[in-house]
Amino acid sequence: MSELQSGWSTALILLAISLLVHEPWRWIGLFLGRNLNIESSVFQWVRSVATALVAGLVMRLVLFPAGALQGVSLGVRSFAMVAGVAAFFYIGRRLSVGVGAGALALAAGTLIIG
Amino acid sequence: MIIDDDSLPPQPAPEEAWWRGASRAAVFRRGMMVAFSVPGLILLASAGGFGALANDAGFSLANAVFMMGVFFALPGQVVMLDQMARGGSLAGGALAVALTGIRLLPMSVALMPYLKGPRATRLGYIIAAHFIAVTAWMEGWRRLPRIPAEHRIDHFIGIGTGLVAATLFGTTAGFLAAGAVPSFIAAVLLFLTPVYFLVSLIATSSGLSDRLAIVAGAMLGPPLYIMVPGLDLLLTGLIGGTIAHFGARAWDKS
Repeated sequence: MSELQSGWSTALILLAISLLVHEPWRWIGLFLGRNLNIESSVFQWVRSVATALVAGLVMRLVLFPAGALQGVSLGVRSFAMVAGVAAFFYIGRRLSVGVGAGALALAAGTLIIG
Repeated sequence: MIIDDDSLPPQPAPEEAWWRGASRAAVFRRGMMVAFSVPGLILLASAGGFGALANDAGFSLANAVFMMGVFFALPGQVVMLDQMARGGSLAGGALAVALTGIRLLPMSVALMPYLKGPRATRLGYIIAAHFIAVTAWMEGWRRLPRIPAEHRIDHFIGIGTGLVAATLFGTTAGFLAAGAVPSFIAAVLLFLTPVYFLVSLIATSSGLSDRLAIVAGAMLGPPLYIMVPGLDLLLTGLIGGTIAHFGARAWDKS
């Protein structure tokens, strides 16, 4: 399969895989949600499921990182995460402040501690 | 230009709201501007990471960009890229991609009530569906409840279009700059995504069940990733979300 990374055949394979096994999840989700009432208990449950899922994804990205983030120690990654959340709460509840503080804390931690 | 994006939980729109008297095109364009906001720039950086990865894997620039566009969900792309780069079977790759895609189902279900409106057509839903990945979902979740139902589908398709454009640009830039970015900078760029996800979840949370869901998901995610990689996110959502939902109801009753 080493020849597969370029050319039209690869594009077709990527298109087929996305349409057959990836995109349908989105369609099914919208279909299932079509009659859902925002006030209903089922919707509140789905909302909790989606929220817990994304929280789990966050932990995965921080605790089991890929690429260059693997070079940063677990302590620095965790500290930067806490710093971002704390900054969000204590400095005006702004998304940009939380994200910026998290990134700065990671940069500072990497430079000072490694 | 970075629009400082206010991140208050969903609330009634003020009287001087921007959408008053706005045309459908204006509502769409307003959504597209998300590409220049903090979430848009973070997604751009993530797409840059994907572009660099695709270059390493031996993909052509055209196919890396095409893959970003047709999947528009980084986990599935990275899995497929890895499988093709290693020369693994396409069936195995397809199965892994399907597993990463399952998480999009509950997110789509949860967003659907906010997409409905008098202007939503079947084609509109199919287009909107394609944009459901964590960033666009988060932005839809945050912004749609604040605007009238008639504008929601147009605004969300605008958000999705802006974010897709940002990722296509980011993939191209990352592909071309692969290897030229110091690892220290690359680490910070990679870190932006989880911080944005977590802060945004906290910012949009309202009520005990949301807060419990964040805590339960964060606690269940790592052990489930070790025990059942592939299905971990779906199980984290189902188990954590169910605990949070019924826990909050029991607490409210007592």
